[in-house]
Amino acid sequence: MSPRETVRSVIRRNLFSENQVIRQILGICSSLAVTNLLSNSLVMGLGLTFTTALSSLTLSALRNWIPHRIRMIVQTLVIAAYVIFVDIFLKANLPEISKALGPYVGLIITNCIIMGRAEAFAQKNPPLLSLLDGLFAGLGYTGVLLAIAFIREFLGFGTLFGYPVNVVGFETWTVMVMPPSAFFLIGVMIWIASARMAAKKGVKKA
Amino acid sequence: MISPFVIFFASILTSNMILSNFLGMCSYISVSNEYKTASGLGKSVTLVMVLTTVINYAVYRFLVIPLGLEYLQYIVFIIVIAALVQVLEMAMDRFLPDLHIKLGIFLPLITVNCAILGTTLFMVIRDYNFLQSLLFGLGSGLGWWLAISALAAIREKMAKNKLPPGLQGPGIAFIITGLMALAFVGFSGIFPIT
Repeated sequence: MSPRETVRSVIRRNLFSENQVIRQILGICSSLAVTNLLSNSLVMGLGLTFTTALSSLTLSALRNWIPHRIRMIVQTLVIAAYVIFVDIFLKANLPEISKALGPYVGLIITNCIIMGRAEAFAQKNPPLLSLLDGLFAGLGYTGVLLAIAFIREFLGFGTLFGYPVNVVGFETWTVMVMPPSAFFLIGVMIWIASARMAAKKGVKKA
Repeated sequence: MISPFVIFFASILTSNMILSNFLGMCSYISVSNEYKTASGLGKSVTLVMVLTTVINYAVYRFLVIPLGLEYLQYIVFIIVIAALVQVLEMAMDRFLPDLHIKLGIFLPLITVNCAILGTTLFMVIRDYNFLQSLLFGLGSGLGWWLAISALAAIREKMAKNKLPPGLQGPGIAFIITGLMALAFVGFSGIFPIT
C-alpha cells in the first residue's frame, strides 16, 4: 500500500485494482449464498457497505484510545453493534428479504472485509478517509455481488429484480440456482481480473 | 421434528457448510495448499464447532431468552466464540502440549471463521433442541473438514500442472470447489432438505 492515500486513490483501489472480493479473496464467506437473486444481493451489499463504512469511521476515530492488545475484541464489538442495527432495520422494514437472508445478515460480523479494513486502513488513517475507504470497499463488494447475481438470476430464473425478462424460447438453467454456479462464476471473475492485472503490468503474475 | 441423525448426515453431505452454505470460505481458500495443514485446520474447526454449538445452545436457552436479550444475540455469540477459543488455546497449551503444537496455530484463525458463527445462527433460526444442536455442530464440523481436505488433496496433486497464469491460486480453487459442490448436489436425493 502506498504511504500517502488520497481520496482518489482510495476510491480507485477499492473499486478496481484491489477489489476486496476478486482481488483479495475476502468476504466470500457470507456473500455467495445470497447471489441467486439481485434484490437479496443488493440489500446484503448495502448492509455490508453501511457496516464497513461506519465501523471504519468509529474505529479510526477511537484508534488512539484503544489499547493495542485488546483491539481485536473492540473491533468485533463495534462491528457487531452495527450489524445488530442493520438486522433490526431489515426485520422492521424489509421482513421478507430479512427472512431470505437468514443467518447471513448476522454473518456480516465475521466478514473478513470489515475486519480487514479496520486493521489495514482505519488503524493508521484519519476518520473521514477511513469512512471513505470502508464505503468504497463495501461498494466494490456490492458490485461483485450484483454482477454474479445478475448472471445467476437472469439465467436461473429468467428474471431481473423479480421482473420477468424472458426471451422467447429461453430455457432457464437450473444449475444457476444451485450453489456450484456461484463457485464457477467467482472463479471465472477472479481469472479475468488477474489476467487483466497481469496484462496491465506486463508481467506474468501468479 | 427432524431426527438428529438425519441432521447429522445432512450437515455433512447435503447441506455441507462450505459446498452449499458458502461458510468459512476465507480460510478454506487460503489454507488449502497443503493437505496436512488443511486437515489440521479441519480438525480444529470440528472441535471448536462442537463446543461452541453446545455452549451457545445453553447460553441462548438459559441466559439470552429468559433475560429477553434476543437483539443482542450476535454480540453474545461472538463473545462466547472468542472466549472459548482463547480458553481452549490456554488449556491445550497446559494439558495437551503435543496437540497444541499441531493445532495451536490454527486456533486464532477460527474466531473469525464464519462457519462457526454460522452454525450457531442456523441452530437458533431452525430452533434445534439439544441433541439436534450437538449432532448438527458435529456434522457441520466434519463436513467442513471433509471439504477442505478434499480440496487440499486435489490442489496438492495438481500443483505442478500448467494453468493459465490468471487462473492459478484462488481462481482454480473456486472452480474445483464448484465441481465438488456439483458432485455433492448428487447426495441431495438421500435426505429431505433441512
